Amino acid sequence: MKSIEVKNLKKQFNTTEAVKGINFSISQSETLALLGPNGCGKTTTIGMLLGLITPTSGNIFINGQELNYKDHQFLNIMNFASPYVELPKKLSVLENLKVYGRMYLIKNFKEKIDQLIEDLNLKPFLNKRTGELSSGQKNRVSLAKSLINDPKILLLDEPTASLDPDTGDYVRSYLEKYKKENDISILLASHNMDEVTRLSDYVLMMKEGQIIDHGKAKDLIDKHGRENLEQVFLKLVRQKNEY
Amino acid sequence: MNIKRSSSLMLRHFYLIRSSFPRIFDLIYWPTVQIILWGFVSKFFTMHSDYFNNVAGVILSAAILYDFLFRSSISYNMLFLEEIWSRNIINLFVSPLKISEIIMALTSSALIRTMIGLVPAAFIAIPLFGISIFELGVPLILLLFSLYLFGVTLGLLVTAGLVRFGPSFENVAWASLFFIAPLGCIYYPVEILPSWIQPIALGLPLAHIFEETRNILVNQTVSFTNIYYAIGLNLIYLTLAITIFYRSFVSAKRNGTLVNIGE
Repeated sequence: MKSIEVKNLKKQFNTTEAVKGINFSISQSETLALLGPNGCGKTTTIGMLLGLITPTSGNIFINGQELNYKDHQFLNIMNFASPYVELPKKLSVLENLKVYGRMYLIKNFKEKIDQLIEDLNLKPFLNKRTGELSSGQKNRVSLAKSLINDPKILLLDEPTASLDPDTGDYVRSYLEKYKKENDISILLASHNMDEVTRLSDYVLMMKEGQIIDHGKAKDLIDKHGRENLEQVFLKLVRQKNEY
Repeated sequence: MNIKRSSSLMLRHFYLIRSSFPRIFDLIYWPTVQIILWGFVSKFFTMHSDYFNNVAGVILSAAILYDFLFRSSISYNMLFLEEIWSRNIINLFVSPLKISEIIMALTSSALIRTMIGLVPAAFIAIPLFGISIFELGVPLILLLFSLYLFGVTLGLLVTAGLVRFGPSFENVAWASLFFIAPLGCIYYPVEILPSWIQPIALGLPLAHIFEETRNILVNQTVSFTNIYYAIGLNLIYLTLAITIFYRSFVSAKRNGTLVNIGE
């Protein structure tokens, strides 16, 4: 069974077609990367998958069940993290985790929080206000929040943006380990091509609301005769519309 | 509706208030200043007017009740704006939190915030001006309940605007109550208004609430008709506000506003 299946998904805002009938799926334990320039429809697509935006037409299936925008139950098995979305700054790290543990109705959430604190090494700044943390520390707390409900599907929007290489590597390594141990599916939107190459099993290239190419990162590099994914990205983004 | 899930949002605001002395101070400071200001104005009238000798506590009681309404409505808006300002709103909307649970959390948290402000101000008025709002007796509970319903109604309507139109609606949040205040007949009877405006004022629960407050304090009698009218009108407006609140989410999801206000 597919974790996520998207069929002919469209979104139109007034006269602008943000997403033009895209199709893709993510299998269990698979990481799918969504690549594309700014304004290509990535955020709109993620928004529709999270129930934040209602599609104009098309279907989304989560674990085989069609997404019902009136029933939020599907959000119990999903979670989301992005550096552009923050946790309340005035609350301490521990308070934030307690709030979200309760919000997701986590049984034994104290144990779950303890586990996340240990796994993501949050102890040194556990009682510090979230707004006073460094970008790297905030990122780890945001990741902890996104894993608090043991999601089966994790959506990550540029998870390592604005992080130094060391912290970025820490986060990527943790995600690799977490995915392996917990058998989860990940949808990753990123502009970091090395990250995409390292983490993803499959890549979708989007431009102007459409999927213009897809495949495994290595296959795309070979197919387009380039040295790395960044060069493939530049080639596809800069070429005239032939799709 | 899940009370535990809803209480998570209350817990978030409890942590916020607890962690910040300026926030607690802000909650208490404004109602207290308001009471002291109106207290002195009332005292001045008492000393210089025979008419006002009979209604010395009316203005001050009205000021306390109006402040209760103002705080409950503003608290509601503030709680939602806090989520926008802290860029946390997307985290709430991608959680399984239902709209009914958000409404319940905001309504309960706003009441707590309002009481933090009102209770000290009401007690300060007793030794300072010899006026106790508690003289309104049992009907005070019904009047406060009615005011709170209207505060929540306004809060819901403004929050619906914030959801639908984004943070640009923030200015309306601050001004919302001032639009209605002249029609609320807080400090004067309905008859003061031009005759063509009076039916509009009587269509609001506020006019009935403050008419009854004056009636209790001046005539020492209770007319439950005003109270029932106020509660009845409140229930109609509240139902309408909840419907608009739900509709604003549907509209925001269609227009993509939820994503925009969160980032």
